Amino acid sequence: MEWETVIGLEIHVQLSTKSKMFSRASTQFGATPNTQACAVDIALPGVLPVANKGAVERAIRFGLAVGGTINQRSVFARKNYFYPDLPKGYQISQFELPIVQGGAVTIRDGKKTIRLTRAHLEEDAGKSLHEDFHGMSGIDLNRAGTPLLEIVSEPDMRSSEEAVAYARAMYDLVVKEIEICDGNMQEGSFRCDANVSVRRPGASLGTRREIKNLNSFRFLQQAIDFEVKWQIGTLEDGGTIHQATVLFNPDTGETRAMRSKEDAHDYRYFPDPDLLPLEVSKQWIEQIRKSMPESLRGQQQKFKDFRLPDYQAHQLTANRETATFALSTFTGAPAAEVPMLANWIVGPVKARLNEENLDYSRSRVSPEQLRKLIGRVVDGTVSEKSAIEVFDAMWKGEKDPDTIIEKRGLNQISDSGALEAIVDQVIAANPKSVEEYRSGKDKAFNALVGQAMKATRGKGNPAQINEILRKKLAG
Amino acid sequence: MINAGLKELSAALATKRISSVELTGLFLDRIGKLNGELNAFITVDPDKSLSLAADADARIARGDRAPLTGIPVAHKDIFCTKGWLTTCGSRMLANFTSPYSAHVIERFGAAGAVILGKTNMDEFAMGSSTETSFYGPVRNPWDRAFVPGGSSGGSACAVAARLAPAATATDTGGSIRQPAALTGITGLKPTYGVVSRHGMVAFASSLDQGGPMGRSAEDAAMLLNVMAGFDERDSTSLEREAEDYTRDLDRPWEGAGAGKPLQGLRIGIPKEHFGEGLSSDVAQAIDAALAQFEKIGAKRVQISLPNSGLSVPAYYVIAPAEASSNLSRFDGVRYGYRAPEYGDLLDMYCKTRSQGFGAEVKRRILIGTYVLSHGYYDAYYLKAQRIRRLIAQDFVAAFKRCDVVMGPTSPTVAFRIGAMASDPVQMYLNDIYTIPANLAGLPAMSIPCGFGDNELPVGLHIVGNYFSEARMLALAHQYQRATDWHMRVPAGA
Repeated sequence: MEWETVIGLEIHVQLSTKSKMFSRASTQFGATPNTQACAVDIALPGVLPVANKGAVERAIRFGLAVGGTINQRSVFARKNYFYPDLPKGYQISQFELPIVQGGAVTIRDGKKTIRLTRAHLEEDAGKSLHEDFHGMSGIDLNRAGTPLLEIVSEPDMRSSEEAVAYARAMYDLVVKEIEICDGNMQEGSFRCDANVSVRRPGASLGTRREIKNLNSFRFLQQAIDFEVKWQIGTLEDGGTIHQATVLFNPDTGETRAMRSKEDAHDYRYFPDPDLLPLEVSKQWIEQIRKSMPESLRGQQQKFKDFRLPDYQAHQLTANRETATFALSTFTGAPAAEVPMLANWIVGPVKARLNEENLDYSRSRVSPEQLRKLIGRVVDGTVSEKSAIEVFDAMWKGEKDPDTIIEKRGLNQISDSGALEAIVDQVIAANPKSVEEYRSGKDKAFNALVGQAMKATRGKGNPAQINEILRKKLAG
Repeated sequence: MINAGLKELSAALATKRISSVELTGLFLDRIGKLNGELNAFITVDPDKSLSLAADADARIARGDRAPLTGIPVAHKDIFCTKGWLTTCGSRMLANFTSPYSAHVIERFGAAGAVILGKTNMDEFAMGSSTETSFYGPVRNPWDRAFVPGGSSGGSACAVAARLAPAATATDTGGSIRQPAALTGITGLKPTYGVVSRHGMVAFASSLDQGGPMGRSAEDAAMLLNVMAGFDERDSTSLEREAEDYTRDLDRPWEGAGAGKPLQGLRIGIPKEHFGEGLSSDVAQAIDAALAQFEKIGAKRVQISLPNSGLSVPAYYVIAPAEASSNLSRFDGVRYGYRAPEYGDLLDMYCKTRSQGFGAEVKRRILIGTYVLSHGYYDAYYLKAQRIRRLIAQDFVAAFKRCDVVMGPTSPTVAFRIGAMASDPVQMYLNDIYTIPANLAGLPAMSIPCGFGDNELPVGLHIVGNYFSEARMLALAHQYQRATDWHMRVPAGA
């Protein structure tokens, strides 16, 4: 019998503010341990938190980008537990009333929607370093208090591939589109917790286990795959799944429970009396909405005017850089040329970008250059094959496609007199193929076209050669 | 000079009849002589104080003085004070020298006041007798067998015994007003948010409020002028225009003449604060004080605060809940006490906190942890918050019928040291009249108004509407112009 996998993700996005969520200390990564922890971060007696407006603003940007509800009144709450890298003995987070509720993102070229439950603001803990301290643990509080947006999805994913696709979509959104996170996954700026369960199709949700702290898309996939296999194996062997928090070990590729529900913490959440409810005015939300870069949704709308197939529209709006490049390439191009331009953007342009690990905003061939080049293909000046050579020359720094075509002699031979002479020669030199064609073998025709192209050293206009050849053979 | 009010001291310093070094030295001498018995101070550092006094003298010489420049002020040991031991009355912080100063300390520093020392208090401000201090109990200067009240018993004792001209204190459920009453001085808890809590070691954040203790309403007004003010480091600090709290002191009530300066003032008398539990000696003194207010023009209005009986239970859910979380930072990891011997991390936490905290603090952490626990939160914490709103509404209704509410600050005069040690609930009932103002966030004060059993002082409790501190101080000042209770000095002092 089949099993169905059910996955929900909690993604911790480190917000790109200069100072911390509730203090003025710097959030810069990599400083000497404990040099970026101020009195508030180390929780001296008597210090108080003050919410960072920049972090709130970023949370609002996020809420607007995913079409969620921005709660005009949200509440910071204390999550109480003891740990040496949690200086206050509680984490300030949001519990009952988060700043953002609802919203959604799409994956698989827009074919699947993943709903969001909520997104809330909170502060990060410090770091415990268990190596290099001879039986002791080191505590680095530089990260303590760093602002996080925790984005909680509904359990809408059905495979590790969908989970990764969702995580990547979220990454592109927060890093590239709305720019609220620097996206440095090695430094922990984007971390995922995966809630995984399995069930028989149509059955109610199975018991979930939560895989903590996955900081790469590869680990996310590996961890879920292992966990799903483990859960199915356990159930098929007649076992039961117990709710638990598990850790993924990248060295072994396995997940292992770190604590079960029985010894789960009672976090004793309650509203933080040091912070008044977070009030967000309508005017502020509108101001932020206006200041946001055009949303991908908006750009996708514009792509509809270019009548591209859906799958291609989605490819071209995968992120803001791609969409911007494509839109500026299409703008001013004749409608008939748009499909070819689109193919080039996801074809040769993307291939070169990938080779150099660049995004579209740093393409070495500009939208204008590309448009002009494709114009020369459509008007028959160069073949599409030769156009690649022109493109590569531009990629290496040459500017004008016409100059390149001229200099390298890449013009197609469209002079019908010259082509007719060449075709005559080819017919004369290949009587066997001519015989075969006339006896009904179409393949022979292609061979003759190939010979003609060869004779023009690739510069003959293939369409024209076709036409001339057919006419002569028929005659 | 030790009996002079702040205005007089200020004038003496301004005209150089006395220097700050001399004045500070005078009080340091008294502390040296009397603190051994009274135990009002945890930390005294004469070198530091005299050096601050010399700075103040230089400032006065430059002609750059403010009203409190050169005046020594004692600070409750709950205020973080840079370079000074800040213990909060606990073994947990017995080794903690603060690397920064509270907003209140900064403000007094900017005003040129001298830090006279750090005063004793109930551990983490949890108590009504100053008996829970790690540093031992403070004694009441009127009779040393009795408590001075608490938690700000050290500050109250210092002012009453003339070990300091003035002191700072904090009030979560009555910790300024009750000790002020029991030692015969004037203490004011301002509207919540008027005095910044930055640098004030937190007990219950939504209730804690700093305020002044002095000999008179006038002194309290001068102190509040320094303490109050917006501070962006405290999110609950209120952004308001600065006020001069002395401005109304000599101004009669609206429309009143000089003969009857409080003509037209309506004093609300809550029947709930005059019932069972109020001892007759206190009741008599309060009645006499109210009669005195009538003499200078005020009239009594019977009112009701129907939910007042719920204030102690609600308080003993909310305050411990917040405290249980606020005190989590004392874990032995970064500063403060750490158990000398322990096994693993959990053992270090348990031993550190078992040894570092006293019994009352542990009791409240346990209560607070319990009421916030899963399954109990709604029944206790949320319900207490609802009661809190009802209590605030009681006052809103009352202030439609009266201008201020008056009654006893405490149901009895001071009790003997150790008398309530085995009965925490009886101890908690000491704050039955003061707690409602904390729950509602209202300004409230206690002024001396006579003596009761054992010749111990009685305090009159005055609750005003939000931000009415200046008017409250003014009517207290009018009362103090007509009476001399606030001028009485304990015999042994």
